[in-house]
Amino acid sequence: MKDRVMRVQDLAVHFKLREGGLLSSKTFTLKAVEGVSFDLDAGETLGIVGESGCGKSTLARALLALIKPSRGRVLWLGEDLNKLDEEALRKKRQDMQIVFQDPLAALNPRMTVRDIIAEPLWTFFPKIARVQVDERVRGAMKMVGLLPNQVNRYPHEFSGGQCQRIGIARALVLNPKLIVCDEPVSALDVSIQAQIIKLLKDLQKKLNLSLVFIAHDLSVVKHISDRVMVMYLGRSMELSQRDALYRKPLHPYTSALIKAVPVPDPRLARAATDTGLTGDMPSPLNPPPGCVFHGRCPFLIKRCQLEVPALRRMESGDWVACHRAEELDLTIAKSG
Amino acid sequence: MALLEVKDLDVGFDTPEGEVHAVNHLEFSLEAGDTLALVGESGSGKTQTVMGILGLLAENGHASGQALFKGKDLLQMNSLELNQHRGSEIAMIFQDPMTSLNPYLRIEKQMIEVVMHHGGLKKAEARTKAVELLRAVRIADPERIIRQYPHELSGGMRQKVMVAMGLLSEPELLIADEPTAALDVTVKAQITHLMSELRKKSNAAIILISHDLGIVAGLCDRVLVMYAGEAVECGSVDQIYYEPKHPYTQGLLNSVPRLDRPDDTEMVAIPGNPPNLLSLPGGCKFRDRCPKAFDACTQSPPMQVGQDLHAYRCFLGVPT
Repeated sequence: MKDRVMRVQDLAVHFKLREGGLLSSKTFTLKAVEGVSFDLDAGETLGIVGESGCGKSTLARALLALIKPSRGRVLWLGEDLNKLDEEALRKKRQDMQIVFQDPLAALNPRMTVRDIIAEPLWTFFPKIARVQVDERVRGAMKMVGLLPNQVNRYPHEFSGGQCQRIGIARALVLNPKLIVCDEPVSALDVSIQAQIIKLLKDLQKKLNLSLVFIAHDLSVVKHISDRVMVMYLGRSMELSQRDALYRKPLHPYTSALIKAVPVPDPRLARAATDTGLTGDMPSPLNPPPGCVFHGRCPFLIKRCQLEVPALRRMESGDWVACHRAEELDLTIAKSG
Repeated sequence: MALLEVKDLDVGFDTPEGEVHAVNHLEFSLEAGDTLALVGESGSGKTQTVMGILGLLAENGHASGQALFKGKDLLQMNSLELNQHRGSEIAMIFQDPMTSLNPYLRIEKQMIEVVMHHGGLKKAEARTKAVELLRAVRIADPERIIRQYPHELSGGMRQKVMVAMGLLSEPELLIADEPTAALDVTVKAQITHLMSELRKKSNAAIILISHDLGIVAGLCDRVLVMYAGEAVECGSVDQIYYEPKHPYTQGLLNSVPRLDRPDDTEMVAIPGNPPNLLSLPGGCKFRDRCPKAFDACTQSPPMQVGQDLHAYRCFLGVPT
């Protein structure tokens, strides 16, 4: 059996907002994340996919205890992160790092590459010797494919892909067990995306890292994930093994997301039909009753408008929140 | 006569570090009803090509060569003359819908301004037309939406408004710069579907700038691949996707994550990074990243025209 590093149970993050003007006392609740559960093993990658506003980034921050959950627990190696005092939590943070979406914006423009990568070391080990810092910075740079002679340069001297390598080196320098990657390749050119994904995959194998890889489109996570979770309006709609999810998704929303990815093949693209998905995502402030997806779902029945579908386990071991999961066959046609 | 014929287009910028050559000797032409895609990595000169043609370059930029729109050279026109074509016969959909819509004006005002100016329509007529188009781009409840300000709309809706604005003047040439880049996949699919439908109806020529090879495959007839300011390959969409000749085009196609292929298909990255435009290498500009580079590549390869006007800039495949 593999070692479980993280267990998330019924996690919810709600934000209280004030309605109307500043002086209004009427508040209401935005449910950014609602009832999300999953386990994560050592060396495993969980892909999290959903459209903008579905709560993926809020979830990422809650996993790292950067936001307090309103309900539920995040267990790291068996310990509830939100029950730890500040000092104990700080120690745990060494194990858990994050890589952000916009690589240039996430790096301080006035710091050199050395200082950027070394900063976590100074933070956690204020008494660390200079030689040791240099050695570990060099090691981290080598792992991500940066050259030693680039150590004194500033972020603006690098391209987007290289900046993301610096961000990854900064995450690696503390030898973490988990890296949460929040849309790490969305801002990069396709040709460079593949480089970064391959790098993360190689590092994971070498270091037995666990990865949570967040993206807004299913094509990117396919190549790196072992399992994929699909989110919609803060809820987990499906959590399946990678191959099963891309072959025969269980939730109509997953199927729509797969079909919406444009195919770089002119004959197939010309023959492609509409995804059948109309409209925009409803406002998370005012989610529809019943299944949150029902307004856009082509398989809507009466029950979907009345009753919230629970996330339940299918025979295959995959999870889905859809009343009609058993009767729908959403197999995706494959070419080549 | 071609609708748009671009000949020997150069676009450069004066910077404190020296002259940046964003576009070099670019040639292409477009007939009514054609759709041409400009593809390439960021910094390859796609956007600056159309900015140059439309006289929209930054202060320190300059364009030379010819851009003949219905026989008249756009590059020789002053801004008054250009304005007779821009916004009426030629419309542009800009990349970022948040920064290209005026935050102080209601959607209504921004949409009808253009048609009232160019089409000589009365306010009420222009408004009716704007509402019709918002409905055509499948915005629900357009009568209400048209009264709102840009910040009240979602990103997808703003982009749909931009598309509707681009079509409002019934242009003969529509230029769309990454019209779907910032959007979610499901909205992306909606917008693409919409553009191809509207194109069938109006027979407008379209130039689509995109790095998304999936969108290009579904929407365009011809593709021009750019690298470091140069055209490296040009052909029909089928030629480019099924028989790519230039190693860069092949690399771009292989690096796209594919859902339509077997699960174990690997994506292959193009190694290295795009070159610095301030100090371009001599010879073939792609050779540092090219897996097939050989001795001859230190010379500049000429553009060769193969079968059915499929052109590519590479020494490989030169008949000896």
